[in-house]
Amino acid sequence: MSLPSTPSDVAAGRLTQAEYARNFADAHPPLTAVQALLEAERCYYCFDAPCTTACPTGIDIPTFIARIAQGNLRGAARTILEENVLGGMCARVCPTEVLCEQACVRCTQEDKPVEIGALQRHATDAYFAQPGAPLFTRAPASDKRVAVVGAGPAGLACAHRLAMMGHAVTLFDDKPKLGGLNEYGLATYKTVDDFAQKEIRWLLSIGGIEVRPKHSLGRDMHLDALARDFDAVFLGLGLAGVNTLGIAEPASTAARAAVDFIAELRQAPSPAAVPVGRRVVVIGGGMTAVDAAVQSKLLGAEDVTMVYRRGPEAMSASGHEQQWAQTNGVRIKHWGAPQQVLVADGRVRGVRFARTALQGERLVDTDERFDIEADMVLTAIGQVFEAQPLGLSLDLKGGRIATDAEGKSSHPKIWAGGDCRAGGRDLTVEAVQHGKLAAMSIDATLRA
Amino acid sequence: MADLSTTFCGIKSPNPFWLASAPPTDKEYNVRRAFEAGWGGVVWKTLGEEGPPIVNVNGPRYESLVSDQRRVIGFNNIELITDRPLQTNLDEIRRVKRDFPDRALVVSLMVPCEEGAWKAILPRVEDTGCDGVELNFGCPHGMSERGMGSAVGQVPEYIEMVTRWCKQYTKLPVIVKLTPNITDIRHPARAAHAGGADAVSLINTINSVMGVNLSTMRMSPNVGGMGSHGGYCGPAVKPIALNMVAEIARDPATAGMPISGIGGITTWRDAAEFIALGSGTVQVCTAAMVYGFKIVQDMADGLANFMDEQGYRSVEQMVGLAVPSITTWNQLNLNHIEKAVIDPDLCIQCGRCHVVCEDTSHQAISATKNGRRHFEVMDEECVGCNLCASICPVPGCISMKALQPGEVDKRTGLVVSGEYANWTTHPNNPARA
Repeated sequence: MSLPSTPSDVAAGRLTQAEYARNFADAHPPLTAVQALLEAERCYYCFDAPCTTACPTGIDIPTFIARIAQGNLRGAARTILEENVLGGMCARVCPTEVLCEQACVRCTQEDKPVEIGALQRHATDAYFAQPGAPLFTRAPASDKRVAVVGAGPAGLACAHRLAMMGHAVTLFDDKPKLGGLNEYGLATYKTVDDFAQKEIRWLLSIGGIEVRPKHSLGRDMHLDALARDFDAVFLGLGLAGVNTLGIAEPASTAARAAVDFIAELRQAPSPAAVPVGRRVVVIGGGMTAVDAAVQSKLLGAEDVTMVYRRGPEAMSASGHEQQWAQTNGVRIKHWGAPQQVLVADGRVRGVRFARTALQGERLVDTDERFDIEADMVLTAIGQVFEAQPLGLSLDLKGGRIATDAEGKSSHPKIWAGGDCRAGGRDLTVEAVQHGKLAAMSIDATLRA
Repeated sequence: MADLSTTFCGIKSPNPFWLASAPPTDKEYNVRRAFEAGWGGVVWKTLGEEGPPIVNVNGPRYESLVSDQRRVIGFNNIELITDRPLQTNLDEIRRVKRDFPDRALVVSLMVPCEEGAWKAILPRVEDTGCDGVELNFGCPHGMSERGMGSAVGQVPEYIEMVTRWCKQYTKLPVIVKLTPNITDIRHPARAAHAGGADAVSLINTINSVMGVNLSTMRMSPNVGGMGSHGGYCGPAVKPIALNMVAEIARDPATAGMPISGIGGITTWRDAAEFIALGSGTVQVCTAAMVYGFKIVQDMADGLANFMDEQGYRSVEQMVGLAVPSITTWNQLNLNHIEKAVIDPDLCIQCGRCHVVCEDTSHQAISATKNGRRHFEVMDEECVGCNLCASICPVPGCISMKALQPGEVDKRTGLVVSGEYANWTTHPNNPARA
């Protein structure tokens, strides 16, 4: 093994304040009013619009775009938020290139879809800047109490819809701040200016949602008690565990889960406070890997390499996201499986990979090895659902909570949604839809 | 290369593209720029009688109607005739004509409906060396309140009377510019013809209010809070103008009288359509006011290429070629049957054809096939109305196909006869012959 000749280098404050400010500004600046108008006018107002069908929350996209074109931004925002109460965040983080925009008929015509995501942000930003009278009000009190466990996108959407339908909601989360991945899991440049918390404050303003942060299921409360004390329970627990490499990993902050790195950056008072390696290796091929790699680069890392065990087409990061990484100077290396984190004097110095290959359908390690120098190793090879805090036995499927289409679990009083629910693509927008559908199912059940 | 030169009631110009009497032709500076850019002719902005010039407002004179991407499709103005002294205009006209002898320079006139007024101005205009005069019987705003412009154009007897005076007091060709703010354009055209007009030009602008400012609840455009109707023009008026041009072209009473076509002409195609419906020259204003004078080069190039492709050697050869295709409704062949056809390779699946046919027409376009999104015309319901083809965003995607004699119309179950039959002989017509 050839260790790098330079000393290990993990440090915070690599850049000037101006550089940090530039690097962590809005990744995709909002449309100006004129840009939004011109873009909105490109919409054909399709019948039974393919973009709406492609939206997991079923937003009536032609309607909200027509309203932007007509200067009715409040009406546009209502159209968005009544189907997707986190439409502001989804406008920032949805992989629109594989959802609504991929379905836009303009793709067929000119290979250039209407910029639906940017327009959605335009409408919701305008609304949040001047909300005026409430868009949504609560139905008369139902005298039913629902516990929502987990204040990520699924839990927030569920809580809001339940509150709207007149139920009393108690919203638990184990973290100090609400938002789940919106607050702890998204790249900083995707949601600048503390947008996640602003959106949550607005969402809670509907009333009827009692918030209990720092309440951990299995520690501070128990599911069987919740199911007993409340009329219904919704679980939006997310994925608390991370997959490990399955090789010896050194006990060092320089070798850590990418999600922790991303969360640290989101919660840091300034990106200047977050240490990053001069050379960083990110292992994985999904959105988390991209966010970790790009942000490493933006924090001032000199060389950042994403290593994925298969080819580019198999990566769960979309082509758009892969390009985003590469545009930001991240090198993406394919066909490599980690064998060993190289350590000297207790410090991370690199990663040794086996070159992989397909043998028929099967991915195998070849005999070939290659080393990549690194001062920091971030792993982003997927997260897993931790069932242990449930305490009671719910049917699982593929390690996650099994539900019907409405989100009802095997327990008659428990629903589940978001990443902890089996089936789905682990998208924010999908979690919102789970929460919304579960709320409607809970409402129907409680009123039956 | 096609020859674009025209001779219009004796007036020669190197191409049929004239600037209409309007703000772009108000003074020497503009007209020189126009001729340098390549315009074949200019109708100098309307002159009034000797004396203190009229006064224009100093607030908004114009406002546009825009479509998607802020394309101007309609335009409105409340500018009056020239607000500069008569002699200044006459001196400039003389200089410009001297420097551009090959271009058509026609002078628009508007003086009170008194013989003396016309008798006084015509010799002074003729003395500039200009090629003709155009009588402004069209402006619908401001001047009409003073008994001029469209106030004259709305009374055929006045048109005939003034035209006759002008023919009496000048040797120049007299073109009568008509207002569209009437019920039947043939009557003013016939009056101009009867008065001895050498040609008519049309249309002038249409009475219009562009909109309302909803914050202030004031009409727009307005001048200090109050507005008055203006004259409407631009691409949106082209169909109205084409109809009026064609009505005159096919009226036996005026057939053969030269027509200078005006109304929303923006491209060579627009111009060619006016020519095909009987215009010997065309006049343009809005397009120049939206894009500048250079557009004439694209118009001339496009028209020349089209003529070369089609084998037309002169503009004159094209004049009126489409006029015989216009008739009255009761002459249309009721046995001619068309069906819409959607090209599945071009279809982008927006589904608008389906929803508009479903909601507003004949429920003749299906939205699914084998459970998948797919749009197809059902011949058994299609009446051939052309709505789907008209609103499809993809050029050429939906076309109309005529059924041939012997084919069965699936909607009626009847065999297409191939015989011509119109309403006048139809069994349902109580007044049939």
